[in-house]
Amino acid sequence: MLAQLEQLKQKALWELENIKDAREVESWRVCYLGRKSELTKILRSLTILPLEERKTVGAYANELKSSLENNLDERKKTLEKVQLTTITRVAGIDITLPGRPIPIGRLHPITQTLKEIFDIFISMGFQVVEAPEVELDYYNFEGLNIPEEHPARDSMATLWVDYKAGGRPILLRTHTTAADLRIMEKLKPPIRAINAGKVYRYEASDATHSPMFHQLDGLAVDVGITMADLKGTLYEFARRFFGEDRKLRFRCDYFPFVEPGAEMAVACSVCQGSGCRLCGNSGWIEILGAGMVHPRVLERGGYDPEVYSGFAFGMGIERLPMLRYGIDDIRLFFGSDLRFLRQF
Amino acid sequence: MRVSIKWLKEYVAINLPLSDLAHRLAMAGLEVKTIEDIGGWENVVIGQITRVDPHPNADRLHLVKVGLGKEQQTVVCGAPNLRVGDKVAFAYVGAELIDPQSGETIRLKSAKIRGVASSGMICSEKELGISESYEGIMVLPDEAPVGTSLDDYLGDTVFDLEVTPNRADCLSIIGVAREIAALTRQGIRLPQVSYEEVASTIEQQVAVTIDAPDLGPRYCASLIQGVKIAPSPRWMQQRLLACGMRPINNVVDVTNYVMLEYGQPLHAFDSPKIKGSQIIVRRAGSGEAIVSLDGVERMLASNMLVIADKERAVAIAGVMGGANSEVSQETTSVLLEAANFNPVSIHYTARSLLLPSEASMRFERGISPELTIPALRRATELIIKLAGGKAAKGIIDVYPGRKERSPILTSTEGINQFLGTGFSQDQIIGALTLLGFEVEVADSASEVRVTIPYWRGDIQQAVDLAEEVARIIGYDEIPQTLLSKSLPRQNPEPIAALKEKVGRSLTGFGFQEVITYSLVGLEALKRLSPDSHALKPLPLRLANPMTTEQEYLRPNLRANLLVALAGNRKHEEGSIRLFELGKVYLPRQNDLPEEREVVCGILSGPRFERSWQAQDESFDFFDVKGVVEGLLTKLDVEASLEEAQDESLHPTKQVAIVLAGSRVGVLGEVHPQVLKAFDITDDAAYLFEIDLTSLLPLTLGQKMFQPIPRFPATIRDIALVVGAEVTHQQVLDIIKGFPLVGKVSLFDVYTGEQIGGSKKSLAYRIAFQSLTYTLTDEEVDKVQEQILSKLAKEFGATLRA
Ligand SMILES: [Zn+2]
Repeated sequence: MLAQLEQLKQKALWELENIKDAREVESWRVCYLGRKSELTKILRSLTILPLEERKTVGAYANELKSSLENNLDERKKTLEKVQLTTITRVAGIDITLPGRPIPIGRLHPITQTLKEIFDIFISMGFQVVEAPEVELDYYNFEGLNIPEEHPARDSMATLWVDYKAGGRPILLRTHTTAADLRIMEKLKPPIRAINAGKVYRYEASDATHSPMFHQLDGLAVDVGITMADLKGTLYEFARRFFGEDRKLRFRCDYFPFVEPGAEMAVACSVCQGSGCRLCGNSGWIEILGAGMVHPRVLERGGYDPEVYSGFAFGMGIERLPMLRYGIDDIRLFFGSDLRFLRQF
Repeated sequence: MRVSIKWLKEYVAINLPLSDLAHRLAMAGLEVKTIEDIGGWENVVIGQITRVDPHPNADRLHLVKVGLGKEQQTVVCGAPNLRVGDKVAFAYVGAELIDPQSGETIRLKSAKIRGVASSGMICSEKELGISESYEGIMVLPDEAPVGTSLDDYLGDTVFDLEVTPNRADCLSIIGVAREIAALTRQGIRLPQVSYEEVASTIEQQVAVTIDAPDLGPRYCASLIQGVKIAPSPRWMQQRLLACGMRPINNVVDVTNYVMLEYGQPLHAFDSPKIKGSQIIVRRAGSGEAIVSLDGVERMLASNMLVIADKERAVAIAGVMGGANSEVSQETTSVLLEAANFNPVSIHYTARSLLLPSEASMRFERGISPELTIPALRRATELIIKLAGGKAAKGIIDVYPGRKERSPILTSTEGINQFLGTGFSQDQIIGALTLLGFEVEVADSASEVRVTIPYWRGDIQQAVDLAEEVARIIGYDEIPQTLLSKSLPRQNPEPIAALKEKVGRSLTGFGFQEVITYSLVGLEALKRLSPDSHALKPLPLRLANPMTTEQEYLRPNLRANLLVALAGNRKHEEGSIRLFELGKVYLPRQNDLPEEREVVCGILSGPRFERSWQAQDESFDFFDVKGVVEGLLTKLDVEASLEEAQDESLHPTKQVAIVLAGSRVGVLGEVHPQVLKAFDITDDAAYLFEIDLTSLLPLTLGQKMFQPIPRFPATIRDIALVVGAEVTHQQVLDIIKGFPLVGKVSLFDVYTGEQIGGSKKSLAYRIAFQSLTYTLTDEEVDKVQEQILSKLAKEFGATLRA
């Protein structure tokens, strides 16, 4: 009798495994668990067996019954899942067909970069201010310790406007530092301001030069601001923009409107500092110029340098996405080519 | 500034690897742009020709014995200039040399030349890569040490330094040596100058007067007679070449050499050519001209300084000498000038005459007047040494511009406070002392009185000293701190927030942002009007435009966007949606131009991307209108639209965007002729331009919450028939004027036979709604009747059957 039950179990499970749809499942149930099934018959006929055998066979048969029931439930669930998929396929949509396109618009990579930098400085308490692009010589040069015939003017070839504002020469600002005196005139300390936008140079355009590009400048003026504050602020920015592990260099440099002056560079991403064409074999990529606001500039902005101190920094924007994405031609930014812009 | 390391080593010991030195210099403000090795020869040594025999089998060849110290080699050589006793460069087998014919690098092998074995070679300059000369072998100076490797003797390394405009003193070998000495904590060795003078004084032979002391504060001169002009020795030529200057002759080379060494430009005149033996430093006369050394006639202006004799200008001061007093092969007597000129005047002159020179570059950065005498004495000594001759007794020194510089009072505590550092007093004083500053501790403990050495004209106040301290101790020693004071009050500029919101909305609508040049050409602007008439008002023009395409400051954004559309249409067949957020520049009387923030968008092509399901439709007027309406909704402003006359747009398919009575922008279809002018021929294009500066104040209103209706709305559809001239807006205004009317939507517009040619049907769904109770049908019927009768009265509207 036990052998008969064992055989029944093997057969039932094998058949269940091979069932493909719900109707077959029902006939299987009728066949193995129904009222007329062999198992039911065996259970019913237990009474005719001797007591000892009745116990063992009865236990086994009941165990078999619940095991078959469990297997049946499992199989049903699996089949339902399969069926759902099958039904949808039969209903006739090819789910691999492309979705209905929605138009995708993106901000310009320069706008995206500026936003990213803004957010970092805003979190350090800086506020974004606006400043004119067409400027007086005074704000762009003279007031920043770059009088006429100063050699520093040679490195910022200027586009001049063919009009004078009340006799004063007008130019297209060559750097966003031109906003610094205006900010000092407008705001009261403590000042923590950034401004960004287009700057212009008399420079023929090629892969690395453009007569128009973007800069961002920062300015902080207060009592007791130190060079260490400048270094700390810039390192914090660089860590967040370039990543924790990027090596940084903070070295002495000269700009007429700051003293001491500094320049910050990051380790070249291509050669990691060993020197390559991108970094001009130096291993470093210059990112920004900075320094402590020159006392004469503070004075012109209306602050007593004996009481107040401040720092300023300025950086070019285009080179940041150029470095990050490996863009090799600055002109792409202003060419409006969708094949370029769609990549960002 | 190119700096020869070998030359530097004459003044300062270099005990660290050159790459480390470059790093130290860069950290201290003198960036090394490139490090260039000169030479790098292997297996080439200095030899001496001990014997020259004819080759047994060839007329033109010789067998040459070369002494190399410990050994001797015999080689076959065909050079015409073989002389016993000459020092030469001898290459062993295995040396890498340049093949004079092909220019390629080859490795020297042993060879049999016409039957005679030759292992090694006597080199020409070209084979060593020194110059193009290969007609003869290179002959080295007599002092060249036999047996030494040529690399040790001739090889060098050159640093190309980026000298910042404040450091005129570092435009010299000695200046750079001073920096290295300070950074590596040592002193420097300056040349010890001495020469003999004859009895007669220079004053007996030449007179100098300065007529323009503001432009020429000091003029010094020496006189050397009996010189013989010849090429300068190889060592000097090599150094000049290494530093990027071309050797000319011994006298001129000395002036350049000493300029590179001390940083003081010098000029040598052929003394007899100075008429009247008189040097006058004066402003150029109006209309005065001079032929400069390069043979070009230069017109001078009255604010330029010249060096003149009794009759004419003989040099453009500090910029370039004159041809009329130039040192030539026949020169025997040299008047040597070392002067100081006003930096502003020199910069102006060099810039106006387009004549930047090594001399002007130094003067315009401001070198010390104290440099003249040491440089002049050094150059006089070298001329006598290299060209012979004797110096007249004394030096002429006219110095009307002498200025005393007083010491700077500062405090070590103040320096630390400013830098945010904790340097000790010893560290600070040590750093300054290493740079040649004299530091005297003043009355109070941290106060110091610092006397500035004459060569550091850039040091003028206490902050300058702080920088010196920081860069000598090292910027790496400055700690990093974050601003710790109270945060300033934030007053964000509302225009920035508006711009960001507009940008985000438009990208959400599928528009791609572009950034175009703010400078445009008049041609592109003219294309914006169908009849290309002149623009009014004329946009601001640049005084020095680079090209006619970038000559004007843009008065609108649309010209650039049309160019961008045309450019993209060449390779894009799908929909194009572009926008720019940027400034336009409008002229203002006697003031800077007004910079207004504007957004301009353009769309063109198919409405849907080509897809397996997409309908084949093109954008039309209502797409651009929808974009603007969507944008305004995002900005929570309600605008009305009015007729407009924008000549870039189609005369009947355009509207002005009006807010609170003022026009802030326009939208419509681009005029077909304008499109054609921009080379856009396939599709129509639709454009909007909104002045955000005008829009801004209207977006700042406070928004209030509207409760969500708690009672159901009653929906009614009505189809009206009105005259074709009646607009949707007119009908809408009337419907909306009634109470209980909520949302009104137009769901059908029909014109056609069914209703007669001059009529049209407008179908509206009106939601009647009360916030306080549920409307009854009777109430709604009443209002609807009122609406219909008003429409009938105003427009003769009837219900469509
Ligand atoms: Zn690199």
